[in-house]
Amino acid sequence: MSVFDGLKFRRVSSPIHLLDPRIKFFYVCSVFVSAIIFWELLPLIILFLVQIPFVLSARVQKEWVRSLRGAAFLAAFIFSTNIVFRFISAGQPTLQDVEYASAMTLRFVVLVESFSIFFLTTSPDHLGLALEKSHIPYEFCFAFTTAVRFVPVLADEAQTIMDAQKARGLELEKGNFIKRIRNYIPILIPLIISAIRRSLELAEAMESRAWGAIEKRTNLYILKMGRNDYLLIMISILILIISVYTRFHVTVPVFSSFFL
Amino acid sequence: MIEVKNVYYTYPSGVEALKDISLTIRDGEFIAIMGQNGAGKTTLIKHFNGLLKSTKGEVLIDGINTKKKSVAELARNVGFVFQNPDSQLFSETVEEEVAFALKNFGLKDTMLKKRITWALELLGLTEYRKTSPFMLSGGERKRVALASVLAWNPEVVVMDEPTIGQDHQQKEKLRQFIIQLNTQGKTVVVVTHDVEFVADCAPRVILMAEGKIIKDGLGKEVLTDVDCLDQASIVLPQITEVFIELEDFGLPRNVIDLYEAKEILLRRLDEK
Repeated sequence: MSVFDGLKFRRVSSPIHLLDPRIKFFYVCSVFVSAIIFWELLPLIILFLVQIPFVLSARVQKEWVRSLRGAAFLAAFIFSTNIVFRFISAGQPTLQDVEYASAMTLRFVVLVESFSIFFLTTSPDHLGLALEKSHIPYEFCFAFTTAVRFVPVLADEAQTIMDAQKARGLELEKGNFIKRIRNYIPILIPLIISAIRRSLELAEAMESRAWGAIEKRTNLYILKMGRNDYLLIMISILILIISVYTRFHVTVPVFSSFFL
Repeated sequence: MIEVKNVYYTYPSGVEALKDISLTIRDGEFIAIMGQNGAGKTTLIKHFNGLLKSTKGEVLIDGINTKKKSVAELARNVGFVFQNPDSQLFSETVEEEVAFALKNFGLKDTMLKKRITWALELLGLTEYRKTSPFMLSGGERKRVALASVLAWNPEVVVMDEPTIGQDHQQKEKLRQFIIQLNTQGKTVVVVTHDVEFVADCAPRVILMAEGKIIKDGLGKEVLTDVDCLDQASIVLPQITEVFIELEDFGLPRNVIDLYEAKEILLRRLDEK
């Protein structure tokens, strides 16, 4: 699951990592909206390129490339589906159709790209803090950050369980489709049981540390907007304005028309 | 026979857990592998049934390279009991839990029944045959896990931390049980921190620190080597400590056995 590798946070210090997650989320949303309102190739290429400086300054290019590589399969799927449907409805696809299919694919890649930047550079704690600041009840924020934090623990445990069952002669990659799914039962049951056990233990540990004792909590870290945050807001708004303006007042050139 | 030849192992995360390990375990030997946390003990034993394949060097089980076989194939000869029984229990009854591995190895009907009965009897679990393993206590669950591995009668039994979370009585039972297995000709490999347990069993002891074997020999030699034990972050057995403290009275430094210690002390008192 290399797509998810591109969403895993690693503690690196960079100006992008220090940005307020809310602002980063706003930025992702503005890229999202811009990507959705265009179906031509040119603006999508620009959107794709605009984000590369972010990746470089956050120094997460390796993970970012990995997430894109993980998305390659889905991208290829989107491209071929577009072409195939075009072929079914109107016969031989034209150059224009190919460009349209590429644009749809690139749109998906841009979305993956921006979400990956967001998750690669935002720590779960920061994210929880941002949720809290957005007036989401603390219980939900806590549940969310805890869930994110326990993903690697669960992955480790799944590995141990797989090892233990293999040591008892389980062959995961043996048999037909149904058999292969059934092979995972001895993995899933211990995993689920231990997850439940752990959550009960966690609940007890939290209560013994006075969780929820005071209505109004204070935080050790406080999110504060800095100069870079305002800069990013400006950039995001700029992207939105340019996109919307272009959409309604400018005819976006299409590459394939040059050849006709 | 297990032969480990110049094995290196590096985890995908980049941690080098084993550095040039060479080791031969003959059939019917009883071995305790000891060492501090992160010394590479578990990593090493996971090579014995192919759960991990060395990055450099090779591991041979009865002359067969583990890289050429699947874990399931190797497991027939090498039974591996995990530290935490909860990472393997999943069946509705203890009986089915024990049957799981046997079915994987293709046993059927009467042979299957016979093996289950034998394994449950061996570990004193017969009364729990139809009980859910999740209803049992920690120690009992550990025994179910052990039974489910011993059921197919593997030639080599590898146990990761079998004494953790067991009370003294259970430990004593486990010790007798391990010695019984060993007398029957099985090769037994135990990974543990429990120095008193090892002193009681008196097997061959392999001491590890930072991915290397720092000492390999009889329990009597290894468990009385103060410097090596210190390096592996293991304390002396209590009786050895007492004897070393009393060295001025002419007591030997290399005693780990309580019975032997008693004899020596009685002789000393007689002389006085």
